[in-house]
Amino acid sequence: MSTSNTTYYIPHRATWPVLATAGLLTTLVGFANYLNGSSIGSTLMIAGLAILVVMLAGWFTLQATESETGMYNHGVGVSYRMGMMWFIFSEIMFFAVFFGTLWYTRNLSVPWLGGAGSNAATHEFLWSGFTATWPTNGPGNVGGHFEPMGAFGLPLLNTLLLLTSGVTCTWAHHGLIAKNRKQLIQGLSATVGLGFLFVLCQAIEYHEAYTEMGLTLGSGIYGSTFFMLTGFHGFHVCVGAIILSVVLFRSAKGHFTPENHFAFEAAAWYWHFVDVVWLGLFIFVYLM
Amino acid sequence: MSAVTAEHGHDDHHDDHAHGPEKGWLRWIITTNHKDIGTLYLLFALAMFFVGGTMAMIIRAELFEPGMQFVDPKFFNSMTTMHALVMVFGAVMPAFVGLANWMIPMMIGAPDMALPRMNNMSFWMLVAGVLLLASTLFMEGGAPAGGWTLYPPLVLQTGKALPFAIFSVHLLGISSIMGAINIIATILNMRAPAMTLMKMPLFVWTWLITGFLLIAIMPVFAGAVTMLLTDKFFHTSFFDAAGGGDPVLYQHIFWFFGHPEVYVMILPTFGVASTIIPVFARKPLFGYSSMVYATASIAFLSFIVWAHHMFTVGLPISGELYFMYATMLIAIPTGVKVFNWTATMWKGAMTFETPMLFSIAFVVLFTLGGFTGLMMSIAPVDFQYHDTYFIVAHFHYTLVPASVFILMAAGYFWLPKWTGHMYNEKIGQLHFWLSAISVNILFFPQHFLGLAGMPRRIPDYAIQFADWNMISSIGGFIFGASQLLFLWIVIDTIKGGTGEKVSDEVWEDAHKHGLEWTLPSPVPYHTFSTPPTVIPCDHN
Repeated sequence: MSTSNTTYYIPHRATWPVLATAGLLTTLVGFANYLNGSSIGSTLMIAGLAILVVMLAGWFTLQATESETGMYNHGVGVSYRMGMMWFIFSEIMFFAVFFGTLWYTRNLSVPWLGGAGSNAATHEFLWSGFTATWPTNGPGNVGGHFEPMGAFGLPLLNTLLLLTSGVTCTWAHHGLIAKNRKQLIQGLSATVGLGFLFVLCQAIEYHEAYTEMGLTLGSGIYGSTFFMLTGFHGFHVCVGAIILSVVLFRSAKGHFTPENHFAFEAAAWYWHFVDVVWLGLFIFVYLM
Repeated sequence: MSAVTAEHGHDDHHDDHAHGPEKGWLRWIITTNHKDIGTLYLLFALAMFFVGGTMAMIIRAELFEPGMQFVDPKFFNSMTTMHALVMVFGAVMPAFVGLANWMIPMMIGAPDMALPRMNNMSFWMLVAGVLLLASTLFMEGGAPAGGWTLYPPLVLQTGKALPFAIFSVHLLGISSIMGAINIIATILNMRAPAMTLMKMPLFVWTWLITGFLLIAIMPVFAGAVTMLLTDKFFHTSFFDAAGGGDPVLYQHIFWFFGHPEVYVMILPTFGVASTIIPVFARKPLFGYSSMVYATASIAFLSFIVWAHHMFTVGLPISGELYFMYATMLIAIPTGVKVFNWTATMWKGAMTFETPMLFSIAFVVLFTLGGFTGLMMSIAPVDFQYHDTYFIVAHFHYTLVPASVFILMAAGYFWLPKWTGHMYNEKIGQLHFWLSAISVNILFFPQHFLGLAGMPRRIPDYAIQFADWNMISSIGGFIFGASQLLFLWIVIDTIKGGTGEKVSDEVWEDAHKHGLEWTLPSPVPYHTFSTPPTVIPCDHN
C-alpha cells in the first residue's frame, strides 16, 4: 500500500477545524442546557448549528477547489479513501451497539424477567404475572398499550426504495466512468430523490405510530429499540442524501473525472452502508 | 544488524521552508504540522496529568485518616470519578496520541500525518471534550460521582452535569476516532518505500493496532452513553427492568468498550518500551516478530474478555467460566512480551540513563500488575476482590508504574531530539528514584487493604484500615510532589537544559534503531519532504 510521498499535499493553515470544534461545542452546550430546562439552550443550539453549516460549506468548498485544481495526487486520494473506510467502520460499530441491545433484550433480559434461566424466584416475587413475549413494554407496561409496527406496509416500500436507490447510485457511477455526464446526473438525481422519499415515508410511519398505534419512544424496550435503531438510521439516510446532493451539485458544475472522483465514491460507499444497515433493520426489527 | 544512515541534508534547505511555522500564537491554533500538534497534545496531557493528580491528592488527603476531614462524601465520589476520567481521557490517551503525532511520521519516513487538517481538529475536539467535562465540577448537583464507568441507575441521579458529561464523552470519542483514523492512514499509506510493515518500529506497530481498537470501541461507548441520555430525558427503557430493559446490559456494553480501552493505554506503552530498551541494552529487540504477533493477540483477546469486570453481577455460570478462561489466555502474549524485554537486556552492554531506568521499572512493576490481574481472572476468587482496594491497586500498577512511567521515559528519551537540548540527568535520576519508591509505598499497601475487605470509592473506612491508608497517602504525597521535578525538567530542557549540544543520534548508536535518530537535533519543522531511501533495521 506504500505510496511515494514526494508530492504529497500538506495543507499549511487550517482554520475550518477550529470553527468545526467551536460549532459542535456550542451545539452540544446548547443541547445540554436545553435538556436541563435552561432558556438559553435552544438559542445556543441554533447558533452552534449555524456555525456548523457555515463550516461544512466552507471546508467542503475548499476541498472541492483543491481537488479540482489538481492538488491531490494518488497518495492523498488513498489517504482519503482509507479515512472514509475507517469512518464507515466506526459507524458500523455504532449501529452494532443498538443491534446488540435488541438481541440482548429479546433473547436474554426479557426472558429472564419472565423467569427463564435461574430467575424463577425473581420472576415470582418481583414480576409475577409477566409473561416474556416480544414485542413487550416490560412488566411495568411502560408507556401503556401499543401496537407493534408491521413489516409489510411502509417498511417494505422503504426497503424497495432504498434498494432501488443503491442501483441508481451504481448506474450513476457507471455513467461517470463512461464519461456520460447525463447518466451521472440522472442517476444521482434519482438516488437523492429516492433517499428523501424514504425519509418522507419514515416520517409518515412515525406519525402513524405516535398518533394511531400508541407506539412511542417511551413504549418500554420495544419502543426504545425500535425508535433508536430506525431513528439513527433515518438520520443517516438524511446525512447520506445531503452528501449525495452536494455530489450532484458538483457533478452539474462539471466536477469529477473517471480517474478523480473521491467525493462521489465516498458518498456512494456511505449510501451503500446505510442501505445495508436498513436491510438489517428490516429483518431484525420489522420481520422477526 | 548493520544500519545505514539516511541522507537528510535536503531537510535543512528545502523550498518547503516557505511554509515555516506561523508567527505568533496563531501558529498553535491553525497548525497542521504533526510536530506542532504533537507538542500541543503532549503539553495538554501534562497539564491534565497535574489536574488529575491534584484530584488524587484530595482523595489521598481525605483517606489519610478514618473519619471525614476535608471534603463531603459527594464531592469525594466526584473526585474519584473525575480523577479517572481526566487521567484516562485527558492525560494518558492524549499523551500517547502526542507521541504518535511526533514520532510516527519521523519513524516511517513520512513528511507529515496523512490527514493534517483532521489532525488539528482531533486536538481541538479533545480540548472541547475535556472543557465540557471539567465544567461539570461547577454545576448544580456537582460533577458525576458514580464512578468513571457511569453505571445506571446510579449515574442517572447526577444533577445538571449529566448531559454535559455525556456530550463530553461524545466529543472525546470523536477526537479519538479521528486521531486513530489519521494514525492508521499515515502508517498504511505514508511509509517510505523501503519501510515494509515488518521493518516498522514496534511503536508504530502498537499504534496501528491501537488505532484499530479505538475505532472499534469509541462508537460503542458513544452508543452506551447515548442510551443513558435517552433513558434520562426521552423516556426510553434500555436500562430499566420495568420497561423490559436491563441495567446489566449497560455494563456489558461499557466493558465491551472498557476492556479494549485499557489496552489502548497499554499497547503504545509496550511500543515505547520496546523502542527504548534495545537502545540502552545496545542489542536489537530479542524477538521482533513475536512482539508484533503478541500485540495483535492481546488486541484480539481484549474484545472477548469484557465480562471479567462483572463476575459478581449475576452472570450465568457458563458465562463466568468462559470469561475466566478467556481472560487467563491474555497472560500468554503478555508473557511473551515480558520475556522479550528481559531477553533483550540479557548480556546487553547496558547503561542506566533515566529513560532506561523508567523502562526497567516498568517491566518489573507492570509484571506485578499483570500477576494481580491473573489472580482476579479466577472468577470464584474475584468475588472477594471485586470492588475492593485490591482492584484499585491492580489497575494502578498497570497504569502508573507502567503507562505513566513509560510516558516519562518517552519524555526523557525524545526530549533531546525534539528540543536539541540535554535534560539534567541528575534531576532525572532523582525524579526516577523518588517516583519508583513512592509509587510502591502508594499502591502496594492497597493490595493488603483490598484483601482485608476495604471497599473502593468510599471517603471513610473502618479503623482497622487506618495504618495502611496513612502509609499509602504518604507515598501518594511523595509521588505527587516528585512529579513537579518532571515539570521542572521539561521546562528546563525546552529552555536549554544543561547547555550541552546533543548529537543527531543523541544516544550512543541510536541511529541503528530508528529513522528519527538520523535527523538533526533539534528536528527541523519539516522532515522527510522526500522519503529516505535507506532505512535502519536492527531486527531481522
